[in-house]
Amino acid sequence: MQTHHAKRVVITIEAVMQKRLTDTLESAGVTGYSVLAVLGGSGRSGPWTAEGQISRASGMVQVICIIKPERLDGLLDAAFKVVDKHIGVVTIADVEVVRAERF
Amino acid sequence: MADIFDLAATNLLSPVILSFVLGLVAALGRSDLSVPEAAAKAMSIYLLFAIGFKGGAAVASNGLDATLVATLVAGFVLSAVLPFIAFAMLRVLTNLSRIDAAAVAGHYGSISIVTFVAATSVLEGRAISSEGYMVAVAAVMEAPAILSALWLVSRGGSGRRMDSELMREIMLNGSIVLLVGAFVIGAITGQEGLDKVSNFIVAPFTGVLCLFLLDMGLVAGRGLRESRSVLNMGAVAFGIIMPLVGSVFGLGAGLLIGLSPGGIALLMVLSASASYIAVPAAMRVALPEANPSVYLTLSLGVTFPFNLTIGIPLYVAVSQAVTGG
Repeated sequence: MQTHHAKRVVITIEAVMQKRLTDTLESAGVTGYSVLAVLGGSGRSGPWTAEGQISRASGMVQVICIIKPERLDGLLDAAFKVVDKHIGVVTIADVEVVRAERF
Repeated sequence: MADIFDLAATNLLSPVILSFVLGLVAALGRSDLSVPEAAAKAMSIYLLFAIGFKGGAAVASNGLDATLVATLVAGFVLSAVLPFIAFAMLRVLTNLSRIDAAAVAGHYGSISIVTFVAATSVLEGRAISSEGYMVAVAAVMEAPAILSALWLVSRGGSGRRMDSELMREIMLNGSIVLLVGAFVIGAITGQEGLDKVSNFIVAPFTGVLCLFLLDMGLVAGRGLRESRSVLNMGAVAFGIIMPLVGSVFGLGAGLLIGLSPGGIALLMVLSASASYIAVPAAMRVALPEANPSVYLTLSLGVTFPFNLTIGIPLYVAVSQAVTGG
């Protein structure tokens, strides 16, 4: 089957920043993304878990975008305006997609 | 003084507070007991709706009096001023940076609605009445402390921290909207409205609160476990002394206004409690450089358990002793 190169950007960020990040991505022309809940983890600020929490203050989410390689720089420039000072991780991976016209 | 401690000991042995202790002990013992996030959120929505509705219905039944406006103003002022006292104490007792100290201080000017709900339950259990509008006072006290904390940081030379989006999020955060909205519904529909839903929001209230505080005990216990690595002795001392200082301000304001013993106890609780819902979220957005482990662990792992187990019984007992109620 024919496949096409794409970039998969995963931004793990504090839940309170989710809307700011997705708004910024949309204004930069990135309209396709998925948001996943993160159950817990551990990092420079110590361990945490979403279990039993009623506040989003200590929660994290992952925003996942799959885009054409030529749009990567625009996405990262926009995303970094939001995530620069905040707790989180940004990773970029090469992936193959089947339907290139969707990205 | 012996009477105060006798009353405090009686309050301590309520099902609500013992449920919290169970969660705390389970977490400290590393039990796998847990409450799903969605269940905890559902219970918090129930409790906020019920407490708001009951407060509104009480105002509809008893009518408004002149102390309402004075108490709202007092709540606003206490929330705005307490961060400055907390900030000064933190600079003396701890080696926290200016930004961390300001972020922590903001938490101690704002309120913990769960502590407030637990206190109303303790008052009901002891048949001590309070002003129904204290729910509205709780809502008013959420936000001013955040502005004070941000001012403390900006005074230190940092740039702009507040934007209109953040202000909107603070003023319209879910717990405030639900609390004030339910209060308004209760005030409009009055006792008749309350009677229609009492099987849902009155009868099961204490049982749901017990389960919810079991969960909060688990969360606080986890925070307490972490406190050893995050907080030094000065910070832990602050987490215990500051609520007592805040409660004295609440006591003074309540006496000046002429609130009932129950109302004074609730104002003491509001002044003594530290936020762990609205303020941490605002601080993550406005002060990302501040260490969330410090303010969340202090608020949730030190001050919350202190207020639940020792503070509330003590504030209720003191308010009764001072007013002779």
